[in-house]
Order: sequence, then structure tokens, then C-alpha cells
Amino acid sequence: MKNTLRWVVFTAALAATQMPVALAAGGAAETPEEANQIQVLRQEIEHMRSEYENRIAGLERRLDQAEQGAEQSAEQETQQSPEQSPEQSLAQAPAQSAQAQPVQATAVPDYAPYVAEEPQVVPASGGASGARDNSFNPSIGVTLQGQAWSYGNDPDGYYIPGFPLGGEAGLAPEGLSLAETEISMSANVDDKFTAMVTFPIVVEDGDTSIELEEAWVETVALPAGLALRVGRYFADIGYLNTKHSHAWDFADQPLVYQAFLGGQYIDDGLQLRWLAPTDFYLEFGGEILRGDRYPAGGAGNSGIGSSTLNIKTGGDVGISNSWQIGLSWLQAKSDERASGYEYQPVLFTGDTDIYIADMVWKWAQNGNSRERNFKFQAEYMWRNEDGYYTLLPDFEAPYDEDWDEGAQGWYAQAIFQPFPRWRVGVRYDSLSGGTADPDFVGTPLYYLGADPKRYSMMVDWSNSEFSRLRFQYEHDMSGEMDDDQFALQYIFSIGAHGAHNF
Amino acid sequence: MKVKNLTVCLGLMLCASPAAHAALNLFACEPEWAALAQEIGGDEVKVTSATQAMQDPHYIEARPSLIAGVRKADLVVCTGAQLEIGWLPALLNKANNPAVLPGKDGFFEASAFVQRLDVPTSVDRAQGDVHPQGNPHIQMNPHNIPLVAKALAQRMALVDREQAARYTGGLQDFLQRWDVAMQGWDTRAQPLRGKRTVAYHKSWAYLNAWLGLVELATLEPVPGVPPTATHLSDILAQLEASGGADFIIYAPYQSPKPGQWLADRTKIPLVMLPMTVGGSASTETLFGLFNDILNQLLGVK
Repeated sequence: MKNTLRWVVFTAALAATQMPVALAAGGAAETPEEANQIQVLRQEIEHMRSEYENRIAGLERRLDQAEQGAEQSAEQETQQSPEQSPEQSLAQAPAQSAQAQPVQATAVPDYAPYVAEEPQVVPASGGASGARDNSFNPSIGVTLQGQAWSYGNDPDGYYIPGFPLGGEAGLAPEGLSLAETEISMSANVDDKFTAMVTFPIVVEDGDTSIELEEAWVETVALPAGLALRVGRYFADIGYLNTKHSHAWDFADQPLVYQAFLGGQYIDDGLQLRWLAPTDFYLEFGGEILRGDRYPAGGAGNSGIGSSTLNIKTGGDVGISNSWQIGLSWLQAKSDERASGYEYQPVLFTGDTDIYIADMVWKWAQNGNSRERNFKFQAEYMWRNEDGYYTLLPDFEAPYDEDWDEGAQGWYAQAIFQPFPRWRVGVRYDSLSGGTADPDFVGTPLYYLGADPKRYSMMVDWSNSEFSRLRFQYEHDMSGEMDDDQFALQYIFSIGAHGAHNF
Repeated sequence: MKVKNLTVCLGLMLCASPAAHAALNLFACEPEWAALAQEIGGDEVKVTSATQAMQDPHYIEARPSLIAGVRKADLVVCTGAQLEIGWLPALLNKANNPAVLPGKDGFFEASAFVQRLDVPTSVDRAQGDVHPQGNPHIQMNPHNIPLVAKALAQRMALVDREQAARYTGGLQDFLQRWDVAMQGWDTRAQPLRGKRTVAYHKSWAYLNAWLGLVELATLEPVPGVPPTATHLSDILAQLEASGGADFIIYAPYQSPKPGQWLADRTKIPLVMLPMTVGGSASTETLFGLFNDILNQLLGVK
């Protein structure tokens, strides 16, 4: 098939190139006009020929792909030792014109392996370039995550005294379970916008559901270092809040994220960022959000329930070190925001302010992080809630209790990669808050006399940047009783895998 | 060189008003393109390089300083062919600079202007971190450099029209010197033809093509996966069966240990070859880079 195709084109091209020669030979006394016409003809034929060559190259590639599918196993062998004649490439390289040739035909072996049945045909709609309908498909990536947790205490009875948990906060199920299976798609919309959708498929209590974690559109063409994003996204506060779970260094979130942000604060809204034209990195951002999710709730203020402000800066120290620090402020209105036990929640109505300071420091010898690297990361959060809690006691009517309390928490962690593939990490978590007011006895808001804290350590192994296996141990002193917790976790990515931010 | 620049400059009457012009801000992903832009543009360009000779350009952190660099760039010059896929998209996303996005005049991919080798007919991550558009380490063949230089000078002239003549002049001057140097290298390199190598990573396809080296194996089992004990043993057996190789080659940012292990057992010399400019006194320029490569390979006994 391939050889026939080649032959046909070759003959056609040959016939075409002979034509002007014949013309030129025939006109013994050619006028300048004729000479011009011949020149034009030549150029046209040259153009036709290059176009055909391109098309043939395309077809041959497709044939190759079809063949490749048929002999996957044999192909792996040849990959190891590509038969590249050095003389040939040497001769080709300098002769190459400076013209752009973005797509090069692959070197096709002269023998054409037998193709069993119908080879692929260029679809009619493809047009001259042979573009298929799916060439505009977005980049698609899938992250598969699973885990096994072992707890000393019953994880169903877990809570952090002083901090009724909201959102997605809490312990992972005991034993084997799937964590998020996350599908993400992204592509440019046109020359002015880019878009991204992320939907994790989650299994909770035996039910499988698809969530919409992210769905946003962002400008790429605004002047003066501005960018505007609309949709649903991870609010741009703190360091870890915008990181997907597969990019975390531990199998779970720091306690302060669980207690203050319900794991991670995701909401619907509008974000404006400005990157200053300075020699060092300096970025300002602001958001207004619907306020439907913990630590906001009830979409207060007519559906503009929360807002954030943040500033980030960073730079390098020599060639081996780089750093970033950030400050952010989240202001959230809540209208009967539920947290605590699922069967007997406490409802908060009022204002929440959270101030976050974050820093990260990365080191790698000569900036070569592939071989060995170290990362230190810490965040501090201070929160004030001003309003009232509605308590729903057993066998009694609900009643309101005024509440105006501060709380704080922080974590610090260090991750070291001593050599490729292996990393070890330690983390310390601490919280302080809650109330000693006897009105709150029996609720998760009541302070039990000790500040929650936790020690964690992990080891992980990555065969490539697309696969990771992790073991984690935690000595947890955040619940009513101390606990030793163990986790095994896997994270695998297939398909498109977006670049990671700092 | 200085004198020549001055003549070009005088000839085009451009020296009269040097003060009014702001230098072209050029952000290069790799040092070789920074060096090339500097050869073409001289003082007219302010060049920063995202990576250094001791860093693996596949794996770079999208650091805050680099975001600030892209934000202010008039022209971003990268290798392309997905070499920078792990970090450049993050920089471009965060830098809010529409002038340097792919498809715009301010974004230049060097690999689009040379013939790429090792273009896979199918890609599957089971083959490791393969690049669908071919091997991206194009700077290792000096015959590729003029192709990129011509396109880059054109692009610099397009982005910074005021200094177009300066870039054309710089290009001509560079190409002349490069041609002379390249003839020297080609002659010197003759004895290397047909030498057999074992490489850490598939970094040397273009060097192999230029020098006529034959790569027998790579220490990485598949690209992007670090060498394993089993794989090294397999190579050892393969080398013993096939009668050995002439060099074991690795780059400055790759660990010498796997190569050393093999060298100890086979007595094949282990050679660290520079992959870009910088990193040592002898490789400060593109000319120095290829001199150094040949010195190293020819110096092996």
C-alpha cells in the first residue's frame, strides 16, 4: 500500500517536473515573458511537490502508527538501538534550510511490513493538513489515588476538641479505600481565554459520585501583568490551599487546614491578580466568592459571602536556594454554617476572618533538584469568629449562644530527597482554640484542657514523576485520645500532566 | 570583533542615538540560547537564562524569580520539543505576559528549526519520558547552531525592529566565525567516527549523529527513570558479550555513580561531557563548548 502510494506520487511529480523542461527545450527562441511564465510554472510545481511530500509524509506516519499497533512488542526492541547512520545525519544537517519545519517525517524503513487489513485513511473532513476533529481536544489527565489507613481508636468517633470540623475535613476511612480519582481537562478557549475543569470521582459510604472541584476560565491577554479568573477554583490563600491532593507531601492535610478551611477552601467566584514588573517576584491578588462552602456558608451577603486578599513575594538566594512567602486574608460570612458531628451539628452565623502567613524554602545543590533536594514549608493561621452558634442539644429546643473567639494553628514540615526516587519527610501540627465556657460543654467547641497537636513522618518512592508510593506514620494528639495512625498510599498519573507550580 | 561591530554600527549610522533605546529583554530557557542571543545581539540584549549548566533542563522548579523574569521578557527563547514541559507552562501561566505566549512573536522554539532525531512513531509512557516531537537536545550538533541562529536573529529583529540591522550584522559576524570553527571541529573529530558509547540518558543523539558515535546502551532503563542495579548488570553482560565500548558518557547534572560502577568493572573510561555553556572556564562560550567536548573525547586514552 505504502509503496504503491509512493510510486504514484513519484510518477506524478516526475511528470510534472519534466513539463517545464520540455517547454523550455521546445521554445528555442524564448521571449522574456515566456521565461517568466516558465519560472512561475516551476514555482507552482515546486510548491505542489512539497505539498504532496508533506501529505505523503503524513500518510506514512499514519501507516506507521497502524503498523506499530500490530507489533508493539517487537517495537520495544528496536527502540533500544535506533539505526541512525551518522554520516547521513551529518550530511543532512548543514544542508537543511533555515525555514521552519515544525513537523518532520520520521525515517521510514524501506521494507514495508505487511499490513493486515484496511490501513487508516485520511478522513474527508480533514482537509489538506489532514487535521482530525479531535486535534482540538483538551489535554486530559487522570490521577488515580488509593490508600490504606490503620487507626488505634475508632475513626468514626474522631473530632478535634474546640474545633468542630466542616467541609471535607476528617479522617480517611479505615482499611483499604480509594481516595479521589481525579480527571482534569484544560485547553485554550481562544486567543484571549484558557479554561480548566477538574472533577474528582469520589466514593463515600459506598456511593460513587462525581464532584466538580474546579471549573474556571482565565484571561491570557490582559495587559500590564493582570489576569482575571472566573468560575470555581481553589481560593488563592496560603500555600497549600491551591495544591491538588496528588501534589501534597503527606497523605493528609495539616490540622490547621482541616480545622480552619474544611480541608481546602474551594468556592465559586472571581479572582484578579496583578504581577508587578519588578526584578523579584511580587504578586497581588483579590477575590470575591459566593461563600457557600466552609469556612463560609449559606452564601451570605446576597451570594457574595466571602472575599480574600493576598500578596506573595519570592526570589533566589544564590543558585541553590529559592524561597517564597505570602500573606493572605479571608473574610467569610456564614449563615447557619454546619460543622461538627453530622447527626448533631453546630450552626454558626456571623463573620469569620482568617489571616495566613506562609513560607516555603527549597534547596538543591546547584539547583539540580533531580538528584537531591530539600524543602521546608510552614504556615501560620489566626482566626476570629464573631457571631453566634446555634446548638442542637438532645431532646431540647435549639438555642443560640453568642460567640466571639480567636483561634490559631500552624504546621511546619521538611521534605528531603537524599537521592533520586526516595524522599523522607517530617511534619508537626499544632492548634489552639475553643472555649472553656460551660454553656458549650458537650459540644465540639468546648476546650478539653490540652491543645491539639500531631507528629507525622513519611517515606515515599517515585519510579518516575508519574508514580508515587508512600508510607506515613502519625502520632496524633488532636483527638480526645492519643492515637497511632499508619497509612499506605499510591498516586499515579496518566495522560497529560500539567506542570507543577513552585 | 569589537572593531567589526563598530564598523557595522558606523556603516548603518545607528551609533548616533544609543541612549534612547531600551535593551531587548530576552529570557532563555537554557544557557546555550542565552549565549547565542548574546553573540547575535551583543549589548543590545539583556539576557537571562532560566537554567544553569549544572541543572537538568527537564526538571526545573517554576521558581518565583523565573516568573518575574518571564513577566518582563520581550522574547522567550526555549528549546521546545517538550524539553521544558514540566515547568515552562507553569511560568507562562503565572507570568501574565501575553507577548511571550506560544504562537506569539515573543515565543521562540529552537527545535522547530532543525531536523529532530529520534521522533517516535508512537508514544507510551512505558517507554519512559519520551518526547513526541523527538529528542530535544539539539544543541549538541554544531551544525544545528547556524540554523537556530538565523531564525533567532530574524525573530529578534521582528520583536525589536529598531535594532534589526544590529542583529543582522551580529548574525553575519557570528556565522563567519562559526563556519571557520566548525570546519576545524569536523576535521579534528575524524578519529572519533565509529567509536562506541554508553550514555546515562538519551542526551547525545545529535552529538552521536555529528561525530559518528555509536550508542550501545543507556544507563537509564527508560528515559527519565534512574538507573537500577538490574539494568546496570544487563548492560555489563551486554558489554562483555559484545566486546566493550570506548566511552561511558554522562552530563554534569547526572550522578556519576552508575557510570563509575560500570567503568570500574569494564575499564571503559568514564567521561563527563558538558551539555551547554557555563559551568567551567573552558565552556564560557558556544565555541568553548565544542572545543571542550572534542578535547575531552580525544583526550581519552
